[in-house]
Amino acid sequence: MTFTEQLCTIAIAVLTTMASRFLPFMIFNGKKPTPDFVSYLGNNLPPAILGILVVYCYKSQLLHSSHDTLLAVIAGLLTIGVHLYKKNMLISILVGTLSYVALVYLT
Amino acid sequence: MSSEFKLAFQKTIPIMAGFAFLGMTYGLYMNQLGFNFLFPTLMAMTIFGGSVEFVVGNALLKCFNPWGVLLLTAIINSRHLFYGISMLERYKNTGWRKIYLIFGMVDESFSINYATKIPETIDKKHFYFYVTFLNHFYWVMGAMIGGLLGSLITFQIKGIDFVMVALFIVLFMDQFVNEEKHFNSVTGIVLALGSLFIFGPEYFLPISMLLMVGVLYIRYRKEEGQ
Repeated sequence: MTFTEQLCTIAIAVLTTMASRFLPFMIFNGKKPTPDFVSYLGNNLPPAILGILVVYCYKSQLLHSSHDTLLAVIAGLLTIGVHLYKKNMLISILVGTLSYVALVYLT
Repeated sequence: MSSEFKLAFQKTIPIMAGFAFLGMTYGLYMNQLGFNFLFPTLMAMTIFGGSVEFVVGNALLKCFNPWGVLLLTAIINSRHLFYGISMLERYKNTGWRKIYLIFGMVDESFSINYATKIPETIDKKHFYFYVTFLNHFYWVMGAMIGGLLGSLITFQIKGIDFVMVALFIVLFMDQFVNEEKHFNSVTGIVLALGSLFIFGPEYFLPISMLLMVGVLYIRYRKEEGQ
């Protein structure tokens, strides 16, 4: 690939990524009233998306169950436990991450 | 320092740790593919989407294949369409910042900006802007440092990337504990698990989101009929 072709490749990735982010805002730009169902989606989709992203984080561990699957699940449950108890985002994430690092090194 | 910046900084500390680590990994990867540090730095700045940057970095060494890159990027990033629909209301009335907010709508910025309960005293549009900017900044800095230092980086702490997993778990938990009905969050998880095992890791993300839209459409029609 020549340097120009490399720049073109990067430009295509930039434009496609931007399209994926800008399209909804361009289509539903407020000039016409946003369809009811789209507003309904705006209210109901995010909780599902957050759940889907948690599964996304675990995708490789779920598909290939290994020693690491167990460690990641334990650290995840610890994160949940600490979060329910302390309700402090930073503490939960810190404890979860440190426990995962410790588990990786100790086991 | 404004209270908006302080809150945004506080909320993005885990992302700083995660992006410093992942950004450096990406810079290092590009360095080992033989690219000058400007490549990962500028790609981090302009594409600003983790997994696509790895894929494109790799594609740069192969034959020129514009349609292939377009298709792959579209598949990986199609999830942003759903973030956009979710943020239509919140990003309204943010003035000139709106373009930047949309440009920088990565998983992490979307999730923090959606899930954070912002106090009354805080100007939301400033908070959204700082969250987006800080995440962008962490990612570009990580990629640049990784690209510059390259093989000089000898230390490696395994498992630091779990910080991103913990972040999404905590954001999900906050949502789950505070919502009245759990139908949406539980259905999301079930659809994601099902799609992951049926369609595999490359495609399951947009597929499960699309399925969720289908489920919500059925519910919407039902509620409308009542």
